[in-house]
Amino acid sequence: MSSIHQELVNIVGEDYASNRREELFTYSKDLGTSQPLWPEYVVAPKTTDELQAVVRLANETKTPIVPLGGGMTLAGLALPQQGGVIIDLKRMDKILEVNEQGRYMVVEAGISHGKITSYLKKNHPNLMHSEPGAPPAATVGGNLAIHGQGDLAHPYGFNTDMVNGLEVVLPTGDIARFGSCAVGSGWYTMHPLPDIGLFLGWNGATGIITKVSLKLYPCKKFRENNMFVVENEEFVPDVLFEISHLGMAEDLIATSSEIPPMMNRLHYISIINTGDSEEELEFKRHMTFDVQLAKYIRNGVGGIVSLYDERSRPQVSKSADWKKGGGFEYVGAIVPVSFYPECYRRGSEISGRHFIPYTVLGRVIGSCHSMMFSWSYAFNRADDATVKHARDALHETDELVMELNGTIWKPAIFGQKLMLERMDPGALRLMKEVKKILDPNGIMNPGNWEVD
Amino acid sequence: MYELKFDPDLCMACDTQDCLVKCQHMDIDQEAARTEILKLAGGEDSFVLRDCVTCYACEEYCPNGNHPFYLIVKMQEELGMFPLPDPLVKSGVQVGIPFRGEPVIDEMEGTALNMGVFSPLLGRVAGSKLFEGLPIISHDSRKMFHYFCQLMYLHYGKTSVINERLDGIIQTLAAHGAKEIVHFHDECYGTYTSYAPAFGIEVPFKSIHLFEFLYNRLLELKDEIRPLGYKVVYQRPCSSRLSSDKHPFVAKIFDLISVEYMDREYKDENAMCCGATILGQKKEGSRVYCAEIQKKNIDDMKKAGGQICVFNCPACMQTLGMPVSKAGIMPLFMSDLCRLAIGEKVG
Ligand SMILES: Cc1cc2nc3c(=O)[nH]c(=O)nc-3n(C[C@H](O)[C@H](O)[C@H](O)COP(=O)(O)OP(=O)(O)OC[C@H]3O[C@@H](n4cnc5c(N)ncnc54)[C@H](O)[C@@H]3O)c2cc1C
Ligand code: SF4
Ligand code: SF4
Repeated sequence: MSSIHQELVNIVGEDYASNRREELFTYSKDLGTSQPLWPEYVVAPKTTDELQAVVRLANETKTPIVPLGGGMTLAGLALPQQGGVIIDLKRMDKILEVNEQGRYMVVEAGISHGKITSYLKKNHPNLMHSEPGAPPAATVGGNLAIHGQGDLAHPYGFNTDMVNGLEVVLPTGDIARFGSCAVGSGWYTMHPLPDIGLFLGWNGATGIITKVSLKLYPCKKFRENNMFVVENEEFVPDVLFEISHLGMAEDLIATSSEIPPMMNRLHYISIINTGDSEEELEFKRHMTFDVQLAKYIRNGVGGIVSLYDERSRPQVSKSADWKKGGGFEYVGAIVPVSFYPECYRRGSEISGRHFIPYTVLGRVIGSCHSMMFSWSYAFNRADDATVKHARDALHETDELVMELNGTIWKPAIFGQKLMLERMDPGALRLMKEVKKILDPNGIMNPGNWEVD
Repeated sequence: MYELKFDPDLCMACDTQDCLVKCQHMDIDQEAARTEILKLAGGEDSFVLRDCVTCYACEEYCPNGNHPFYLIVKMQEELGMFPLPDPLVKSGVQVGIPFRGEPVIDEMEGTALNMGVFSPLLGRVAGSKLFEGLPIISHDSRKMFHYFCQLMYLHYGKTSVINERLDGIIQTLAAHGAKEIVHFHDECYGTYTSYAPAFGIEVPFKSIHLFEFLYNRLLELKDEIRPLGYKVVYQRPCSSRLSSDKHPFVAKIFDLISVEYMDREYKDENAMCCGATILGQKKEGSRVYCAEIQKKNIDDMKKAGGQICVFNCPACMQTLGMPVSKAGIMPLFMSDLCRLAIGEKVG
């Protein structure tokens, strides 16, 4: 038994620390195309105290640590690039407070989005948070560490824009809090204190998020998916712009895919409208279809596919699992909404070159301030040639995003390098300094957002 | 290519012009009706092509079996006046393309049940005494589009798509070797017994309407029938207009299982379309019109005192099932109602 393993056992107990190969095997894998990378240990703390002790141990022994939530990014971001300890945070999943009137909740960061959704549905049915389209096991901490977006992205932006307060364990093992909670006055706002938030979007390379105050929003009684379709991709940005002008849709997503054939070379726009009554919903349908989109219908270039389609949450993406063998990975980019047509055309060309049925999706973030555009590539896990095609397609897509002047979202290591190459030198220097100051021993998820 | 058999002489001699006079969605007097139908028969434009909501009903209204609806659809295509916006037409046409491999042709004799494109509903028939002993065609939802009767494209102004694809579908069905085929959906029944002959397309098997089959089967199981005693209303689908000779089986089944078939405005010949296809039509106001007729229809069901709304067509069920149940009426497929009547549980 190695001494680090023993120390870990001492901190969390025997059941929650392991260096056994069969257990490490699971943690060496990623759902996407990444090659397996093995940790030496895995540990699953239950409390912040335990987590602090683990981080201190790692810092003293200069052992790399990789925080892990649901492990759902698909981009290999929680794989140990340099071995070390994987810290599985899923046991830190308590709901600490729900403030109905202040519309926020404080949670431990290892909690899954699925748990939050079902808890709110049961106990606070008039409140909701922004749930990503990921499988429900995705955690709050992991999602914030990559600037995720959920089903309230259209009205309220990135999930990281919906944070009212944060607690972080720093690479030294110390704790820091941000927002009103930092001055002991509750978890109700992130502002107006000086901005020293250096943890969101960092893939855990600057610290481990342990507590989060999440903004909650009104949850209407009824939620329906209204589907609109156009053939000409050039219309998509305007359709989205017209709908977002109303400021009513809860979620706004455009998709196109080669399979099933009914979606091939067509663009389906899913408009999630909600209401507390049929009258409220009908008003929204009226404004959306009889007013904003009427010109498309009248001219025969856009059509209502379906209305009244009741939509329960969470809405998990099932896209792109069209090759036998059930694997897929996607490149996501944050781009202006106006990029949709070009992203679609170029993406479907890449797919074609790699014999993968194309699947693209664009989710509106804010009032058409930007869009998360994704290109998904399916592969058969048991067929190396298809995995290679998918991997090559992903790299080509990363390069495409750069060529289009987009911003890669949750880039894999390859994409991070492309982004860093183009980074403003001032920002690059600052990133390097921040990392050096916070993590002088370079133990935090090494390889991620690393400035040479 | 197949040609519609439509006889303008029948219209000349016709003394009702019921096809258009009875139309629920247009207000046309007999004289205008005669003018417009003859215009269409002569290949000319008519406002009917724009105002038709494609409810199929005129196929039934015509007392002379002259296929006025097929003529309307044919002319919509010929004059490029599609009722739906282009992307909906494209998506509809693409829906029917099989993409999950070739069907497995298991050989059968005698009578078989064809699920068509509704193999996902197989659970509703599998294991029921009603269908005992019937081999099933199209039981694999991945392959179901190989059995898609294509008639849906009448809503799209696309007889060309039907005519292009139907032969292949018929061959696939026929390859199973069954001499008689019971069609789960009466749109399939309408395809092989009304549309195909109207266009001179040969069908090498005999088709049996689901309701006729259910009625005869219930007669065989008569001793097991428990009178249900519900008050029921019926949502008659558009495709039933292609087999109006089979519509009386609705009342006969209800009678046999002792449910009360409630009188209401939108009953039998005056049935109201579920609205599914009207929703997306490009004619101004279609969405609102669709909502209006759906409301009228459901209000009518409530007024009639229906406890159960019986559906024949899965598309009607998908469109109206939820609002019907929100109105306090239980939506149920006819086959499920019959299963209840012989004491089977339905999920
Ligand atoms: C089908 C599918 C659909 C998806 N749809 C969406 C979507 O709609 N929106 C969206 O945002 N994402 C989506 N994703 C991507 C991803 O699954 C989610 O963003 C998910 O929330 C990531 O959380 P996780 O817990 O799985 O993170 P992980 O994969 O465990 O971790 C992500 C990164 O954060 C680090 N990390 C984990 N926990 C912490 C912590 N507490 N503190 C600091 N760093 C940490 C990890 O080291 C890693 O670098 C989707 C994924 C799939 C498979
Ligand atoms: S189609 Fe039928 S009802 Fe209409 S005019 Fe001709 S014969 Fe008469
Ligand atoms: S199909 Fe219906 S709407 Fe069209 S003309 Fe015939 S009856 Fe009227």
